[in-house]
Amino acid sequence: MVFEYAPAPESRSVVDIRGSYGLFIDGEFVDGHGEPFKTINPADEAVLADVACADEADVDRAVKAARIAFERVWGPMPGAERAKYLYRIARIIQERSRELAVLESIDNGKPIRESRDVDVPLVAAWFFYYAGWADKLGHAGFGPDPKPVGVAGQVIPWNFPLLMLAWKIAPALACGNTVVLKPAETTPLTALLFADICRQADLPPGVVNIITGAGDTGRALVAHEGVDKVAFTGSTDVGRQIARTLAGTSKKLTLELGGKAANIVYADAALDQAVEGIVNGIFFNQGHVCCAGSRLLVQESVAEEVLERLKARMATLRVGDPLDKNTDIGAINSAAQLDKIRELSAAGEQEGAGRWSPPCQLPDRGFWFAPTLFTGVAQSHRIAREEIFGPVLSVLTFRTPEEAVTKANNTPYGLSAGIWTEKGSQILWTAQRLRAGVVWANTFNKFDPASPFGGYKESGFGREGGRHGLEAYLNV
Amino acid sequence: MSERMTKRMSDRLAVRKTYKLYIGGAFPRSESGRSYPVTDTKDRFVANASHASRKDVRDAVSAARKAFGGWSGRTAYNRAQILYRIAEMLEGRRDQFITELRHTGASKTQAANEVDAAIDRWVWYAGWADKISTVAGAANPVSGPFFNFSTPEPTGVVGIIAPDSPLLGLVSVVAPAIVTGNTTVVIASEPAPLPAITLAEVLATSDLPGGVINILTGHRTELAPWLASHMDVNAIDLTGVPDADVPSLEDAAAGNLKRVFRASEDWADDPGTARMTAFLEVKTVWHPVGV
Repeated sequence: MVFEYAPAPESRSVVDIRGSYGLFIDGEFVDGHGEPFKTINPADEAVLADVACADEADVDRAVKAARIAFERVWGPMPGAERAKYLYRIARIIQERSRELAVLESIDNGKPIRESRDVDVPLVAAWFFYYAGWADKLGHAGFGPDPKPVGVAGQVIPWNFPLLMLAWKIAPALACGNTVVLKPAETTPLTALLFADICRQADLPPGVVNIITGAGDTGRALVAHEGVDKVAFTGSTDVGRQIARTLAGTSKKLTLELGGKAANIVYADAALDQAVEGIVNGIFFNQGHVCCAGSRLLVQESVAEEVLERLKARMATLRVGDPLDKNTDIGAINSAAQLDKIRELSAAGEQEGAGRWSPPCQLPDRGFWFAPTLFTGVAQSHRIAREEIFGPVLSVLTFRTPEEAVTKANNTPYGLSAGIWTEKGSQILWTAQRLRAGVVWANTFNKFDPASPFGGYKESGFGREGGRHGLEAYLNV
Repeated sequence: MSERMTKRMSDRLAVRKTYKLYIGGAFPRSESGRSYPVTDTKDRFVANASHASRKDVRDAVSAARKAFGGWSGRTAYNRAQILYRIAEMLEGRRDQFITELRHTGASKTQAANEVDAAIDRWVWYAGWADKISTVAGAANPVSGPFFNFSTPEPTGVVGIIAPDSPLLGLVSVVAPAIVTGNTTVVIASEPAPLPAITLAEVLATSDLPGGVINILTGHRTELAPWLASHMDVNAIDLTGVPDADVPSLEDAAAGNLKRVFRASEDWADDPGTARMTAFLEVKTVWHPVGV
């Protein structure tokens, strides 16, 4: 007898997507003056809404609104009062969690299981955590009375649209700054729903401004002279451009950029757990994760066994409708991203690595990519060096711990890494030597507002989360 | 050093010192074979300083990179002892530094005060080696069964354009970078480079591993862009750079996303921890808790 999964779709009735969306400036939705664009559901390519595009004048209005709110309302407000607004926001996010999760999955393509169980609970936790800092900043180690920076210009990516919004807005507001945030052009809808949450919380107008648009809008925002602090999460190339734009200015900058994390499996690891960790490391969120464990480094003596178990596990992954509660891997976020994943995967084959995917049926419409692994990968291959940002795992082997560390560090990136071994001293030895900002030992892809996150080297600078995350938003 | 300053009671001709570069624990001349004259405030010749080249910058970066693993791998206690040892060696050469500082225009009292402050600054930073992690690290109460801790780690190779304060300013920018385990390539003050090379002699006799501090003398505008754009330099301190040069150097530094730090200060002030934390990376390690 064969048990089959019955479809288990999450209801869309909880969300109400409007036909068109404006910019959220100074507490109001207003028209944009750029060319509006459409946001689509990557799972079926259906148009979800028309979205306004902010041009330079719109960016200017948003920055000015943020400046006035900073000077007149939010900056002078006692921390304890700011805290209560942030707690309110955290609570409303919890109250509207299902709506946020469903909308996130529709606009982004990620499985409802992840948006419901990971993204949205973390978003609420982020606001709740930083709310508590708002009236305790004098105890944070940045002097007795640290001051906010002013207006923060924040540009976020499409892989965790609402979570990245929370990482940016919660600490900024807690420290007394006001913000102008630009969500990614393929995933603007939850940020615009967040604007409604700000209104429900009676957040003073201008404290949070959400402007939508593509690269030009982002460039105008980071270059605007009224912005005191720039925070960006996205690709290393764009991060570099922003650093150049800001050269010679007094603007503060934090960058959270790309990665090519090594996930090191030693021979003595608990292999079934390691396989779960490998799968979570690279297939979580379709691999659209800057800290994804995209390079598996497995000790030679267990490589065959790990690959066998990994392939068996990959064959059970369910790819399909993001709103189906049984789905493990959802849709690739955009046609452009799908092209990039295909191109790099083709390069992997051309350069001589062995490509494997489990048999899996992909939907006819929408953007899809089967979970894929490459064996026989050399360090010089593009798939070992470049961030693919998709469900593609490159497998390399090593013999000694020294070799594992050398290979793990052989990248211009330095965001995250994984270690799998049952030997405590080996975990600490390895963790000390990995040049990466987050090291997961016998786990992977864990996030928490109390835990600092951010990269070494070309993965950017600054930390988000924890006490360390305050520094970016204080004048220190 | 000029004979005028070292002439003794006898008519003996003094043996002058050749001022060279300090790279990888050795004292090479510039590979370019160039030098430039250093004069005192009355424009009298004091000595020729090495005029370092792009190749010297690259050699120094390579020496700093080579030294990084060993130096950052030392225990904090060991680094503290070495920094303290530097203070001891500096104290022993107090008079020599006072003489050199007087060439730069300092009065006898000013020079003595500056040397004393520089010695005390090494002592102050020495004590930070095994304390900065306590202050800048954290155990994080995450909402799950995980042990989670954050520790600061050195950024790597730090390029430093030193300020013109030839000893106290120099020490104040170099000590905070190395105490945490970074290695450095320092471009000394262009008009007053000699105390930096004498400091290198102190470093060479202080158990500081070669390559941890590399010191170049020469033209700042020639050398700084190579340091700022070097792809194996992780961070750069632009304290000694004039305002007008900052945009182009920050632009060059963006090539590999260097951490950039620049702060002018009164070197007599309490330094605080900013110069240390500017060149630290926070690493967070997670591990499940269970049986």
